[in-house]
Amino acid sequence: MIEKAAENQRQEHASAGARPKVRIQDAVIRLAGDSQDGIQVVGGFLAKLAGRTAKDVMTYMTIPATISGGASIYQVRLGTGEILSAGDDVDVLVACYQHSYNDHIGTLREGGVLLYDLDQVQPDPSDARHRAIGVPITSLTVEAIGGTAKDKGKNMFVLGLLTRLFDLDHAKLDSMLRKHFDKKGEPVVRNVIDAFNAGYGYDIGQYTEICHFESSTTTSTTPRVVMDGNQAIAYGAISAGIRFGASYPITPATSIMEILRAELPKYGGTLVQAEDELAAIAMACGAAYAGQPALTSTSGPGLSLKSEALGWAVMAEMPVLIIDVQRGGPATGLPTMVEQSDLNLACTGTHGDAPRIVLAPASVEDCFYTTAEAVDLARRYSCPVVILSDQALGTRIEAWDMPGLPALMRDLTPKFEPVGPNFKPYRIAGDGIPRHAPPGTPVVDGRFPIVTGLEHNEDGQPSAQPENHAKMVAKRRQKLELLASQLPKAVVGGPPTGDVLLVGWGSTQGPIREAVGRARAGGRSVSALHLRYLMPFQPGIQEALDGFEHVFVVEMNDQDSYGRGQLGARLQSAFSHPDIRGITKTDGLSFKVGEILQQMGAKLAHRAKEQQ
Amino acid sequence: MITPTETTSRPRYTRKELSGNQPTWCPGCGDYSILSIYLKLMEKRQVPLEKIVSVSGIGCSSRFPYFVNAHGAHFLHGRALPFASGISLSRPDLHVFVFTGDGDALSIGGNHLDHAARKNIRMTCVIMDNSVYGLTKHQTSPTSPVGFRSKTDPSGSVDRPVNAMKKLIAAGATFVARTNSHMPNHVLDMMERAIDHDGFSVIHCLSECAQFYPGAYDKTNPRKGGVFELVPADHDSSDELAAYKLAMAPFPGYFGVIYQTTLPTKNELEARLIAEARLKTGNASALEAMTKTLQQFC
Repeated sequence: MIEKAAENQRQEHASAGARPKVRIQDAVIRLAGDSQDGIQVVGGFLAKLAGRTAKDVMTYMTIPATISGGASIYQVRLGTGEILSAGDDVDVLVACYQHSYNDHIGTLREGGVLLYDLDQVQPDPSDARHRAIGVPITSLTVEAIGGTAKDKGKNMFVLGLLTRLFDLDHAKLDSMLRKHFDKKGEPVVRNVIDAFNAGYGYDIGQYTEICHFESSTTTSTTPRVVMDGNQAIAYGAISAGIRFGASYPITPATSIMEILRAELPKYGGTLVQAEDELAAIAMACGAAYAGQPALTSTSGPGLSLKSEALGWAVMAEMPVLIIDVQRGGPATGLPTMVEQSDLNLACTGTHGDAPRIVLAPASVEDCFYTTAEAVDLARRYSCPVVILSDQALGTRIEAWDMPGLPALMRDLTPKFEPVGPNFKPYRIAGDGIPRHAPPGTPVVDGRFPIVTGLEHNEDGQPSAQPENHAKMVAKRRQKLELLASQLPKAVVGGPPTGDVLLVGWGSTQGPIREAVGRARAGGRSVSALHLRYLMPFQPGIQEALDGFEHVFVVEMNDQDSYGRGQLGARLQSAFSHPDIRGITKTDGLSFKVGEILQQMGAKLAHRAKEQQ
Repeated sequence: MITPTETTSRPRYTRKELSGNQPTWCPGCGDYSILSIYLKLMEKRQVPLEKIVSVSGIGCSSRFPYFVNAHGAHFLHGRALPFASGISLSRPDLHVFVFTGDGDALSIGGNHLDHAARKNIRMTCVIMDNSVYGLTKHQTSPTSPVGFRSKTDPSGSVDRPVNAMKKLIAAGATFVARTNSHMPNHVLDMMERAIDHDGFSVIHCLSECAQFYPGAYDKTNPRKGGVFELVPADHDSSDELAAYKLAMAPFPGYFGVIYQTTLPTKNELEARLIAEARLKTGNASALEAMTKTLQQFC
């Protein structure tokens, strides 16, 4: 953090002239403005730059659900070494308006830097906790770009200021900006560069020192990809061989369908914008029936609507991928905020006994690989797969190593090998995984298959015979038991025995790992277990739980009446452990490391009191 | 659209080989006739057996695929059209037939009918309309006339029925025809014209329910003293307003192709999009294209 670094490592650098440079490991920058100011663009460029200069990066964003206008923030954490979360406390707050200042000054840590627009913001003069730097952002921007576009370009001015403050690579940013805005024409590029340079040239040296990130210790030469979770899911799906998708626009999942719409044709595929969520999954089921795994992307309300067809895909045993970028629920809920409250719906949503596969990616990089694995599992087990991402993961940007594509890319073009008279698509004996014959497959001297949502016998013919239904229900369960037995064993992060095990899933991985690190540094015996496979569970979980006295399941949803969140309750019903409790929250925001530690401490103290 | 070249050099098959399970419809049901004409159509056109795909939703009509020995799928109530759209758009080599009913297509799946029509997705949709819910045993359907007595309207239905023709023309369907299952030759004629239509073709086929609404369509049946009034010979089926006027005729209305127009299909437009995108990438392999794309994020 800046302050500590300033105390310990104050060093003068000849190259910076009279101004001191402070070496820092990482910094949390929060940009607070309105949604039309383009602060996301600033954040995006900082993240991209970090990825290109071998710094680790994680971003966090909230945007209002309104089309234009409304408060918006973008938080970037940049640093050297592994960045696990978007940061609890802010080192630098950029406040564009009075409301930005009022709403976010509380997040700025003591000693942090407040960078505010002198033209718009009047900070509390009695607040001496921070170093306040007023810069006439609005008027200087207008001056820089000739006063033609009031309010435009302020974001670029801010980017320039931050580039100076953090001693970022000016030349690289300059070329990135030129490339990015090239399509908009020369006048726009000129304005962008002028505003950027005006910010960069503004002298804030009298107020503070320049911060310089320590050079990276990683020597990896693998290029790093900088993108958000939704992008990683879309490209992961294409890499894994998906060539057909159908979706309906819904926040915060829409960008997945936008990318697929633009990208799939390059690969000979199509994404259809369906008339509604029901049609979207129906189209995906149709394409899967026609011979290739297909996907639909959505958020909570859409998953609710899709659950009937999800049941059809379970019954007909079709490889359909359903991506849920979770938001706050129920109903319309909190469309632009994060929650992990769709787990129960993903695992059990639809009527009847309907086992399916549910996976959750833990980071942006994991979005790519989890999606690829999901396609693979859907195809190999002929089963619908739900991917549970969330708003935080979907919209945040991370830098990660370029994947080894040659080994990952799949060609899933169907083959139409003729089948014989004894063709039984739903054979019970053996592994119980169906062998479909999609349309186009000749059937020699036999009955063509009808794929149906009615209960059916091994031939695929409708059957209401009691014994058959029992056998088929079991078959659909057993094929996932087979999958479970083949999944990698659960691995505890940290020592396999101790006092506390923090269990998590999805986007909470970073904050949990950081919490474990801090707790261990403070002398506590804490380990972590992060689950990607939420249905079925992988082997080794019972063993992992057995190693700890207390198990806390950390998740962004509400606890039930027994003090456990949705995964906590599922673990409690599947495994045995005397003390599984939840560390949950429902404020629509990602977990802060401090929140996890605080709840853990309070719950442990409470239990200790009970035992006295 | 099925091209005749696909049918050469194969042993011809007959309707009999194409028969699937014994139909489970009630005696006297109009659906038998539609099934037998469909089999006759396939026999006549010799569509390769493995390329015949019949899709359905839920209802009496939707048992259809089981009675055809060819590929088929039985999907959810109301959602046969988007399911078939998924097949059609991912498999240009197939001409999908959707068999649906008045409840399936005009009530629970009404929205999908509009959008499949406006997108002009290549397939044929046969709405087997009996003006009553039969599988659930005698409830009011979206095409039941006002005053229709059913288990859900014991004192007579009060809601005005859907006019399928008007709905389809307004939605932008490119082929809209109307027929009646007791006029088999006319049904075959409509099916042939539908299968030859490059786009979304709909046949609204009245199909009497002998069990719960007997005599519903007697007015259209010459054998029962009715009149099967064909679309006037001078009707210009490409004239949308004229088509709309025909569609507005009071029950029993006109039979034949009410409206037909030529517009690019979504299948064709998507194929064009793909061809352009492929060309732009220099016909790169998937690996090359993905590598290039991800490098842009570096």
